[in-house]
Amino acid sequence: MSPETTIQAAMITPLVGAVLISFAGRWPNVRETITLVTAVIMFYLVASLYPHVMDGGRPSLVVGEMLPGLPIAFMVEPLGLLFALIASFLWIINSIYSIGYMRAHNEKKQTRFYVCFALALASSVAIAFAGNMLTLFVFYEALTISTYPLVTHAGSDKAKQGGRVYLGILLSTSIGLLFLAIVWTWMIAGTVDFTPGGILEGKASATVIGILLALYMFGIGKAALMPFHRWLPAAMVAPTPVSALLHAVAVVKAGVFTIVKVVVYIFGIDLLSVMANSDWLLYISGFTLLCASIVALRQDNLKRRLAYSTISQLSYVVMATAILAPLSIVGATLHIAAHAFGKITLFFAAGSIYTVSHKTEVSQLDGIGRRMPWTMGAFAIGALSMIGVPPTAGFISKWYILHGALDSGQILAVAVIILSTLLNAGYFLPIVYAAFFRKAQGEHGEAPLPIVIALTLTAAGTVLFFFFPGIFLELARQLI
Amino acid sequence: MIDGQLPILQVVLPLMMAPVTLILRNPRAAWMLTLVVTWATFTISLSLLMQVLDSGTIIYKIGGWAAPWGIEYVLDKVGAFVMVIVSGIGSIVLTYSRRSVEMEVPEDRIYLFYTMFLLCLTGLMGIVITGDVFNLFVFLEISSLSSYVLISLGKDRRALTAAFRYLIMGTIGATFYIIGVGLMYMMTGTLNMADLSALIPAVADTRTIQAALAFLTVGICLKLALFPLHLWLPNAYTYAPSVVTAFLASTATKVAVYVLIRIVFTVFGGVGVMEGLGVQHILMALALTAMFAASTIAIYQNNVKRLFAYSSVAQIGYIILGLSFVSESGVAAGIIHLFNHAIMKCAIFMGLGCVVLRIGGVTIKDMHGLGHRMPWTMGAIVLGGLSLIGIPMTVGFVSKWYLVRAALEKDMWFIAVLIVLSSLLAVIYVWRIVEAAYLKPVPENAAPVHEAPISMLLPLWVMALASIYFGLDATNTLSIALDAANALLHGGVL
Repeated sequence: MSPETTIQAAMITPLVGAVLISFAGRWPNVRETITLVTAVIMFYLVASLYPHVMDGGRPSLVVGEMLPGLPIAFMVEPLGLLFALIASFLWIINSIYSIGYMRAHNEKKQTRFYVCFALALASSVAIAFAGNMLTLFVFYEALTISTYPLVTHAGSDKAKQGGRVYLGILLSTSIGLLFLAIVWTWMIAGTVDFTPGGILEGKASATVIGILLALYMFGIGKAALMPFHRWLPAAMVAPTPVSALLHAVAVVKAGVFTIVKVVVYIFGIDLLSVMANSDWLLYISGFTLLCASIVALRQDNLKRRLAYSTISQLSYVVMATAILAPLSIVGATLHIAAHAFGKITLFFAAGSIYTVSHKTEVSQLDGIGRRMPWTMGAFAIGALSMIGVPPTAGFISKWYILHGALDSGQILAVAVIILSTLLNAGYFLPIVYAAFFRKAQGEHGEAPLPIVIALTLTAAGTVLFFFFPGIFLELARQLI
Repeated sequence: MIDGQLPILQVVLPLMMAPVTLILRNPRAAWMLTLVVTWATFTISLSLLMQVLDSGTIIYKIGGWAAPWGIEYVLDKVGAFVMVIVSGIGSIVLTYSRRSVEMEVPEDRIYLFYTMFLLCLTGLMGIVITGDVFNLFVFLEISSLSSYVLISLGKDRRALTAAFRYLIMGTIGATFYIIGVGLMYMMTGTLNMADLSALIPAVADTRTIQAALAFLTVGICLKLALFPLHLWLPNAYTYAPSVVTAFLASTATKVAVYVLIRIVFTVFGGVGVMEGLGVQHILMALALTAMFAASTIAIYQNNVKRLFAYSSVAQIGYIILGLSFVSESGVAAGIIHLFNHAIMKCAIFMGLGCVVLRIGGVTIKDMHGLGHRMPWTMGAIVLGGLSLIGIPMTVGFVSKWYLVRAALEKDMWFIAVLIVLSSLLAVIYVWRIVEAAYLKPVPENAAPVHEAPISMLLPLWVMALASIYFGLDATNTLSIALDAANALLHGGVL
């Protein structure tokens, strides 16, 4: 298969999967098999693009013109491939987990759940492969819409409220700011193609560039930069598999991915680094990073704590991008991958605890590690990765970000990273401590097997990432 | 041979068939005949559009009398495009109409319904094709009078008052229009549009011509329901039979917009009234007010038909806003939104018609849990709603892109901001329906409900999918709109 066909197939596979799933609604076993098979095929297709990209190939595909002069186009470059690889790989594991979780909870409307999941994944990969800003925006919105039914899955009043905040913030930032920024960019530059080195150099005054940068950075609400971060805690009303794959990996990573993409391919690192008024991005992301950590400290609900931790970790990526040093861009890219593995493990663990014991609060977790050793073991590994302790994935990416910050003399960024590491330890380690060293309450065992398999796999991935970062590192290096 | 007669056939065919339905009397036969006629006009419209795109404006002299003594029919790109919209919407709605009309209109009046429908179609087609301002008035009256009757056929008794109100307002509008025409005739001695546009510049500075312009603009704005002259619209749309709402919402106001385009850009084309006399700023201010006021009112409606009626008022604001930029991309945005809005509103109102058929009402409460009970109907309504918001991959996105572009081109960035803000209001009113249909439980003691019949679902989904198709590939529609805008801005085509 030529790479062009592979791109097409990788995006069409989940769509076909969605259709088949909706027909197989009556037979749960068939339905779940279809989900798993679809996920595996999709990952295989995405992975088969890896050698092409490593050889310096940039396979591309133009589907057709949407507006005159503005095609729907795809181009696979290292950053996009990395995002697509992670999303499609974790979808396989997450599907295993979903089967255990959704069945253990006797959730209703499981067919709709799996259909929307497949649609969300199709959108994510289309975002990853987008060749211009219009294409990216089209699927960015598709991702928002397709995840809305997942967020409101419970159908309760609380879910409705959460859904309102979710949709309200994501749509108003993207329609209100991002859309404006894209049309404006198109008018200034005459193109919105992702071009190495950027498309805005010498096309507009520093003031206009500054305004555009702000429109982009806040318009990409999925990156959860403060003050547009509230949708992420609100999205926690969703079933845990949704929080795990979508609100720790696909959706939020689509956000920071877009930010890196815009900085590298629309503005260009060179253009931004000579501009005096782009420093604010560093400050606002540093502020979000610390603030979200402090808020996380005070959350007793486990999923909310994880959500605030995600907000903080997303800002690592934004801040690393804003440092604008080649090494920190590598760090940002790696952190997209590293955080994905760690955070999905943490959510898996949270869902596992809830499935067995119906505990949702941090304060209820005393001694749970003895009853659920696999779950809490995985949780501990995920937590260490968030803090950035070897031998976990988080260490590698933090190392690069720090290195980049030191190289370019951004002492402030270095201070923020150190401080936040302490805060991360402050809100994760007590949970691990209480789980293993406090007295246990309640009688229950380990979670159902699919759940345990899933979280063990991702925890193993987090550790393996530390020892074999090569796959992702090579991709990230190609970026600069 | 017959090719040369196609323009007149467009008007004559439905006009001659209207009395035939009256004679037939049988509801089913009347429907069949009307169906054949509307599809025939649609086919003719398409072939005319092709002709116009290939070989330029078509001029048809009635009875062989040369203008300005005789009446001539003139079809340029804008006209041909609007004509395709009107007849296309008409054909789809008519295909859908049988079951809905049987349920909402008393059986002994169904044949009258189709008579009136054909007359209304005659009027709308005539308005679009004529090149004579007085002839236009005649067709305006034909379409208006028949639409008053159509609205009054609604099941709810309030349809009568709604129709009466529309009658009063519509008549005032038409009267204003004819006063304007009279004043122009007084100064130029002609009623032919091409002639007028040549003669008016010489007398443009007179008070008479300026008064004519004022009368014309206000009269037409009444017909197209530009805020604050929209008061007739919400009730008329709410209480009319569903089929009528779907048809009128996507065609009647659109044709009125077409008349505005003709008067401002063709008849007064040589004068530059938009910039020179400040018409531009008045229209822009009113359009912006419409976008915000009507959308805000829509948010608070409990009758969903009424909600979307107010949304129509807001969307008309978008169209007028596009025109008021008086730039190529602005006018193109107006024209393309005319097309896009026709498609999405037609889908939405047809969907609501399905709900009326099965549930009997369309309040927000009636919609509770409907997402699971009538999944295809609600799916189409939600698609239409997403298009109203302007989500990418729908036609609404295309319109918004060009509107924002037109605003930024003129450095009116605050208007660009207002455009995107007002589309956020659409999120709120659309999501009220989504939440009701998908997140509210089915009311207890609710009677079991079947999905709407396939004869209604099919046309509904044709429209819903059209709103996606033309959103994914807008190059064709946009190139027509851009061409048309270009022609209008450079002296009018006539």
